[in-house]
Amino acid sequence: MSFGPHLFLALLEGTVTAFVLALTALGLSLVFGVMRIVNVAHGEFFMLGAVLAWVCASLVGTPVAGFLFALIVAPLIVGALALAADRLVLRRIDYHPEGTIVATIGLLYIIQQAVLTLYGPEARPVTPPVYFTLTFPWFGYSGYKLVVAAISASLLGATWWLLAHTRLGLYMRAAQQDLEMAQAFGVPARRVYAMVFALGAMLAAVAGVLVVPIQQAHYLMGLDPLLLSFIVVIIGGLGSVKGTLVAAFVVGISDGIVSVFFSPTLAKIVATLLVAAVLVVRPGGLFGEERA
Amino acid sequence: MNGHAARRVLTLHLGVIVLLFLAQFALPDYHHTNVARIMVLAAYALGYNILLGYTGLMSLGHAMFFAAGMYGAGLPVYYLGFGAAGALVTGVAAGMLLAALFGLVALRTSGVSFLIVSLMFAQAFYLASLYFNEITLGDQGFSLSGNLAPLELGGASLGFHEPALKYNAALLLFTACFLLSLGLRLSPIGRVLIAIRENEERTRLFGYDSMRYKLLALVLSGGLAAAAGATYALLFSYVGSTFASILFSIYPLLWRLLGGVGTILGPLVGTGLMFYLVDIASGITSAYLLVVGVVLVVLILWFPQGIMGTLRAKWLPWLP
Repeated sequence: MSFGPHLFLALLEGTVTAFVLALTALGLSLVFGVMRIVNVAHGEFFMLGAVLAWVCASLVGTPVAGFLFALIVAPLIVGALALAADRLVLRRIDYHPEGTIVATIGLLYIIQQAVLTLYGPEARPVTPPVYFTLTFPWFGYSGYKLVVAAISASLLGATWWLLAHTRLGLYMRAAQQDLEMAQAFGVPARRVYAMVFALGAMLAAVAGVLVVPIQQAHYLMGLDPLLLSFIVVIIGGLGSVKGTLVAAFVVGISDGIVSVFFSPTLAKIVATLLVAAVLVVRPGGLFGEERA
Repeated sequence: MNGHAARRVLTLHLGVIVLLFLAQFALPDYHHTNVARIMVLAAYALGYNILLGYTGLMSLGHAMFFAAGMYGAGLPVYYLGFGAAGALVTGVAAGMLLAALFGLVALRTSGVSFLIVSLMFAQAFYLASLYFNEITLGDQGFSLSGNLAPLELGGASLGFHEPALKYNAALLLFTACFLLSLGLRLSPIGRVLIAIRENEERTRLFGYDSMRYKLLALVLSGGLAAAAGATYALLFSYVGSTFASILFSIYPLLWRLLGGVGTILGPLVGTGLMFYLVDIASGITSAYLLVVGVVLVVLILWFPQGIMGTLRAKWLPWLP
């Protein structure tokens, strides 16, 4: 295969990666933006989504039904778990920034090791709900990956609509801009925080469900999406939704290109150096508001 | 601090060192090696504490400094036939150099961003140690036994497999880091660092270049972590990329938190307790890291001051 088609393949792979990454990172970014906390367990919500997708697929007979079932059930379960974590842990330490980090590291190990105990150390595949190949003159490409990109895009759109046009979205934006003022105007901060934490976790879980047919479900799979989301959120500027989306595409597509032409490991190293470069030029990230 | 209190503090801390020295004659073999390991790891925790405890910068990437010390010491021994002393120097130098380079970029951020950036750089370091596996031998690692010449000390030749050498070298490292921490705490530099933690803007207003002090703290912290990594490699004769993984960045945070925030003895207590907790749990289940998670959540919910911190708050207000 010559350079041109190779590059085309890399761009395709990168775009699919970028959509899934955007979904995962948006969850992390919303949680940080509104609640001003870093959720280190975010990757585990992604992993739970993937593992639950496997469970759903093995409960329901046909791949399509199993996939649709997982797409609804997995985020609900993960969202409920996030609500519980918010209520039992995060609220009790008053969302203290560093305390939250320690607590969510704890949560990371609790979730991860619980999955190891209940689900086991194996990587398990899930059959894609649709199976067709897009035939290009140079190579065939899995149609399911394009379905992933399409679903991700519509969910990103739905989240944007939620932020821009619903009452919850208004509350979220108000809490992000000025929490005290928002509370003075009657925004129920605790409920908004709980909803945002659950929403962030659900976005990660959906991304997990979408990715299983490509990647297999494994109890350690949460680390990579976590680190990539961190990279995206730092480059885009902590708390900026627009920045998160732009950065997801920069990181996803460069990851695709370096992965196809060199190696996935090198791609991750390059992404990190990209962060260093951004920080040298703009410590607040590309779209970050200057915040102490 | 008045003379009486100072004497009490000194007695307590020297007493701990003496007790550790005497313990080697009483401990059974298994625990003998464990305590040696704990002392080296506690030195790592002390190094970590310099950054977090004094300047308030929370890092989730100290495994890269520990591992830099490890590779900085292990690779010259393995490939170039360095002796222990030379290897220790190259190990510490590698860690300090890495810390300085990292600091120049990462100290442009603060708070949560610094934490994420440190986590990512450590991960890049870890991935690099896997990527260059022709040199580092990746996560399989390599053993130093057979490559490391015995230590010549006053005519006697001491092999690194000797338990007594392991124990006392570990104790020496721990004592050095311990005294350095205590000294830093009481020195003018230590006061500036604490001032930065409390209020960076105001410290800058007083004319202190806070960036330079933070870089100094980071280099010192990375240097101690690297010294611990280098010693670990030399004493326990193994170098592998597992020690660069995220878990090894989280451990010192956990040890320090468990032992007691802002105390000098805390890291030792926390490291020892956690070491045995993990040791016991891994005998029962393969999901032993569950213990790490549960301890973290329990600590942050009910004992945010850790063991020594709670002791200090309740009974021993003079504990440094």
